[in-house]
Amino acid sequence: MASPARLRLFRTTAFRLSAIFLAVFSIFSTLMIGYIVKSTMELLEGQTLEAVGRELDELAAQYQLGGIVRLARVVDLRSQQPGASLYLIADPDGAKVAGNVAFVPSAILDNPRPEPQTVPYRGAEETGGFGRRVALVRVFELPAGYRLLVGRDVSERNQLIEITIRALLVTMGLMVVLGLASWLFVSHRVLKRIDSMAATSRRIIAGDLTGRLEVTGTGDEFDRLAESLNTMLERIERLMEGLKEVSDNIAHDLKTPLTRMRTRVEAVLSGARDEHEYRDALQATIDDADQLIRTFDALLMIARAEAGSSGTAFSTVDVTSVAEDVFELYEPLSEEAGAELTFTANGPAPVAGIRELLAQALANLVDNALKYAEEGAEKPRVTISVEREADVVRLAVADNGPGIPPEDRARATERFVRLEKSRSKPGAGLGLSLVAAVARLHHGALSLEANGPGLRAVLILPAAKEIANAA
Amino acid sequence: MRILVVEDDQEALAYLVKALREAGHVADQAMDGEAGLELASGGGYDVLIVDRMLPKRDGLSLIASLRKEGDRTPVLILSALGHVDDRVTGLRAGGDDYLPKPYAFSELLARAEVLARRATPQESETIYRVGDLELDRLARTVTRGGKAILLQPREFRLLEYLMKNAGTVVTRTMLLENVWDYHFDPQTNVIDVHVSRLRAKIDKDFDRPLLHTVRGAGYVMRDDG
Repeated sequence: MASPARLRLFRTTAFRLSAIFLAVFSIFSTLMIGYIVKSTMELLEGQTLEAVGRELDELAAQYQLGGIVRLARVVDLRSQQPGASLYLIADPDGAKVAGNVAFVPSAILDNPRPEPQTVPYRGAEETGGFGRRVALVRVFELPAGYRLLVGRDVSERNQLIEITIRALLVTMGLMVVLGLASWLFVSHRVLKRIDSMAATSRRIIAGDLTGRLEVTGTGDEFDRLAESLNTMLERIERLMEGLKEVSDNIAHDLKTPLTRMRTRVEAVLSGARDEHEYRDALQATIDDADQLIRTFDALLMIARAEAGSSGTAFSTVDVTSVAEDVFELYEPLSEEAGAELTFTANGPAPVAGIRELLAQALANLVDNALKYAEEGAEKPRVTISVEREADVVRLAVADNGPGIPPEDRARATERFVRLEKSRSKPGAGLGLSLVAAVARLHHGALSLEANGPGLRAVLILPAAKEIANAA
Repeated sequence: MRILVVEDDQEALAYLVKALREAGHVADQAMDGEAGLELASGGGYDVLIVDRMLPKRDGLSLIASLRKEGDRTPVLILSALGHVDDRVTGLRAGGDDYLPKPYAFSELLARAEVLARRATPQESETIYRVGDLELDRLARTVTRGGKAILLQPREFRLLEYLMKNAGTVVTRTMLLENVWDYHFDPQTNVIDVHVSRLRAKIDKDFDRPLLHTVRGAGYVMRDDG
């Protein structure tokens, strides 16, 4: 029974790929070896047969001239030459008359066939047995029972082919061994990386969000995967932290008014009161409830805006006309409060967006600006301005209130953050974070700048190409 | 006014029906979509108040089947979903007004009353009259006791909406929605200032006021004389 670890090794992708590769390679190599051997043999055999054929023609001519005697003399002469072909003239009893072949199986001579055939033989200078010599021969029957055998030694050719085949087989064997070794190595290494990744993942799943996958620095595919996963983990960790912070804040900002509400009701119920007191307490309770609802609505809005558009088709909205509407909405209020609200624009400013949300964001900014401008030293002044540039639309609300210190500006757009100084003002502190969420939903940004004195909140939105058709 | 309330929260339903009856209306109730549809199909209601999420058949499907039968009774949708998208889906399904939860009863009552009036052919009138105040919708002029009053375009629309619903209370949110087309709640009460400006123009120099504030609810155009 195989151990689980070994089983796992066989289940890897590396193993499957190696096995497929090996099989394909073996089939291909076998076919190639076969082809090479076959064509080499054909080539060599062709050459041999051609030489034998030539010899036969010449010997036939000699036989025509002087019969068997002349033929025997020529064969003996030729047999002496170095690198000679093989010759044998046998008498009707099979005994050697002339030639350099000492022995061939008698069956060859008994059934003379002119077709080429491969036979074992023994040369004249050899002694005993057949040895390892093989020849390609043709045998002819001569008149009066004599036989003529002509051929060439093919032992060397066969040895050459054998060597070739052996070399190829050894190479193939080596390939298989190397393939197996590399598969073992790769699989082992891959499994080690995967195991380490899986272990880290399990730790993260168990709740340790600070865990990160190992990056070896080789820049291989595992490193790239680990890097992407680490980026993802960082984002998740940030989101989780945000969620925790938000739930802490919700707990604080929703529980505080709820507690206040409960305490008030309890206090009113605990003693004898007149109707007027009951009414006041109930009215105060409704006001608290309304404030809670507003906080809730703002939270939901921010959550939705941050989650991205939920199927609402953006339309082309003219920021200038939105700003003009909001200006007109707030103008009487600011006049009553003794503030100076002004509006400037350098022409239509189309963006792709949702009119309602942009108006709400701007109303929030104007609301805030009017509130804080009153705290300033001078006569409260708030300016709404729309500037259309090449690629962006800047929708700004500037006031001359106390402003926000630079170190607090980034924090000001976070949910629920109400800067220390403004704790006395009404509002759940969600205003600026809601504006920031609307900006993000529109692929823009909210930037808080100094207005010397005061604050300048700028919504930077990507400009749409078409000219606005909104009135 | 006959009102049908379809709402699955028993406590909210009991409270609503009781409050509507106290306000002088006849109120029927249903607790799921099927029962609601059955009652509504019987007809005879001036307004339907329908919760969006109901058991058996949801509110939007209830409205859609009513509209398919040719029933044009005004419907006020109540819903915990208050986003711009949700409002658009609700109105597209055939609702006439959309009120996100939680709501003030005064808000719901005012909206239901305005919806019930919509069923009467008030829309086609070109001249609205309240006491000696006259608003000509075509000529876009306003006179009181024969004296011309000059209004800004937005003030004209504000007065037009108030006079169209004369005798009925309209809330600040309704004004913001119908005159400004905003569905959010500004933190500060900007609407009050607009109304007091309008009041200064149409009521200040005359013997009796026509534009009244209803405490805790909103405003109403009414000739008390």
